[in-house]
Amino acid sequence: MSLLHIDRQVDARGLSCPMPIVLTARAVKSMSSGTVLEVVTTDPGSVADFEAWSAATGHQLVDHRVVDREFRFTLRIR
Amino acid sequence: MSQPLSIVCFSGTDDRLQSVAVLTAGAAALDRPVHLFLQDWALDAFRADRIAADHGLAPEADAAGRRAFETMRAGGQGRWADTLRQAKEIGQVDIQACSLSMDLLGLTVADLDPLVDGISGVAGFLMTAEGGQVLFV
Repeated sequence: MSLLHIDRQVDARGLSCPMPIVLTARAVKSMSSGTVLEVVTTDPGSVADFEAWSAATGHQLVDHRVVDREFRFTLRIR
Repeated sequence: MSQPLSIVCFSGTDDRLQSVAVLTAGAAALDRPVHLFLQDWALDAFRADRIAADHGLAPEADAAGRRAFETMRAGGQGRWADTLRQAKEIGQVDIQACSLSMDLLGLTVADLDPLVDGISGVAGFLMTAEGGQVLFV
């Protein structure tokens, strides 16, 4: 149960690499600093991808969890 | 991590160009500038009148591989040209046609899809690749 308010959600379920991070990068372009994005994927490769993406872009990966075989990533925009 | 990623694109088959598109989109999402240098059969695939056509698969693909590729396509996997367009929207992606290959194929800029940003010689490409990695696909 997350206490963080989600400002925007990206549904990347059913999409393969690179679409989860491509859709995320696109969403982030129009989000302000401090806001929170949640991305939902079904692609197992996205776990490593989001860790790398967070490290590369500086947007903080606040949380990631598996819920019903879906991967949920919570990102705070820098 | 803003090291440029530079890819010499030689092969024009859909599977190899998809590999290029995935690498490009991934790098663009990571805020890395991407430079593509289109040679020979890859350049041919970017012709305006051919870009949306079926470019086949690499010789290694057998019938099962072909079916697997088609299944992904039918499942909504984007075509490489669309993935490249999306990559351009999210980051710095520059696509240059190799001028020697333009001569080989008898092409002018007007023959190419708008995805191609210009024509470059090898020295121009290598200069933009400075400080990053160069891949050959």
